[in-house]
Amino acid sequence: MLKSSVDRVAEATPHAIAGRMRGLSDRTLAWLFVAPSIVLLLAVNIFPLIWTIRLSFTNFRVNRPNAAVEFVGLKNYLNILSDRDIWLTMQATAHFLIWTIVLQVLIGFALAYLINKKFRGNDLWTTIIVLPMMLSPAVVGNFWTFLYQPQIGLFNYAVGFLTGADPSSFSMIGDVALAPWAIVIVDTWMWTPFVMLICLAGLRSIPPSIYEAAECDRASRWRQFWTITIPLVLPFLMLAVLFRGIENFKMFDLVVQLTGGGPGSITELTSINLKREAFEKWRTGYASAYAVILFVTVFGLASIYVKALNKVKQR
Amino acid sequence: MTRFFNGLLHFRRKAWEMLASVLIAAGVVMLMQPFALALYSWSFVVTLLGTVMFIIVSHFPE
Repeated sequence: MLKSSVDRVAEATPHAIAGRMRGLSDRTLAWLFVAPSIVLLLAVNIFPLIWTIRLSFTNFRVNRPNAAVEFVGLKNYLNILSDRDIWLTMQATAHFLIWTIVLQVLIGFALAYLINKKFRGNDLWTTIIVLPMMLSPAVVGNFWTFLYQPQIGLFNYAVGFLTGADPSSFSMIGDVALAPWAIVIVDTWMWTPFVMLICLAGLRSIPPSIYEAAECDRASRWRQFWTITIPLVLPFLMLAVLFRGIENFKMFDLVVQLTGGGPGSITELTSINLKREAFEKWRTGYASAYAVILFVTVFGLASIYVKALNKVKQR
Repeated sequence: MTRFFNGLLHFRRKAWEMLASVLIAAGVVMLMQPFALALYSWSFVVTLLGTVMFIIVSHFPE
């Protein structure tokens, strides 16, 4: 008679271990399997979080490990929440966050809508559109600095060609008014394909029978778009906004490579500012309080957003 | 509106979650607005209050 794989594993288990396992309940066994993941999660996520909260109430400096660590209460939090420079970095982050999300959702959805139509070269275009997303942010930041060069940059040349302006008359990353838009353009260029892919998944999940029924009811294209396409793609779109929102709130590498936070500190986002406080000024306690503020903000926003997403999915 | 206040009085999840969500959203707007430093200073307290409230009220009955 053929033995099942379960029987073979049971036979191969040493008697000492088998004896010990036999007395365990299913629940205990389940816990034994899950325990390594929980321990890892506690060690990698929860412990650093608790340690950061603890450090945020001290004047600890990681470059002075032998100095006495004093408990300073809420002083770090009060200093951060009355600092005008940090307030400006929050505004820079808000500008970056809002515009990247708006542009990526609009362009990403439009591209997905077009790619979803059957046409010749559909796959080739999808591959070409998705390419920027596959590049490293450091590489993207580096080559966009060349594209933005006033003398030799292709971007300046293209703007000059379209508007008639002198290409060397403006510098995207050197001008205080243009630099915030320069980082928005690059992030949009790089991450719109990601939103497009999520929207495309949403569009392809809509059964054609719904559109056929709408056609039978003589619903116009416009009506079909607003009453079928948008409501059914909305959960996917919201998911894309959640992912991009969290990712852009902690945007670091691309902007550092592109502008380094300048000119001045006009494109210094919170994560760049936080890194400066933690690893250039070595104010670990202060930076920990800063990180806790950012964490609570993202956590709070993500909580209400996930709630809204579940509501949309239930509709 | 009356239903919302009744929900708050009877510890209904929906009403309290709505209140917590409004607090979180207000806190984030206060944190990133460019108009008043005082609003920025109080933003974290409002967001933290909303977030803690959201975690607690998620366990209230529907």
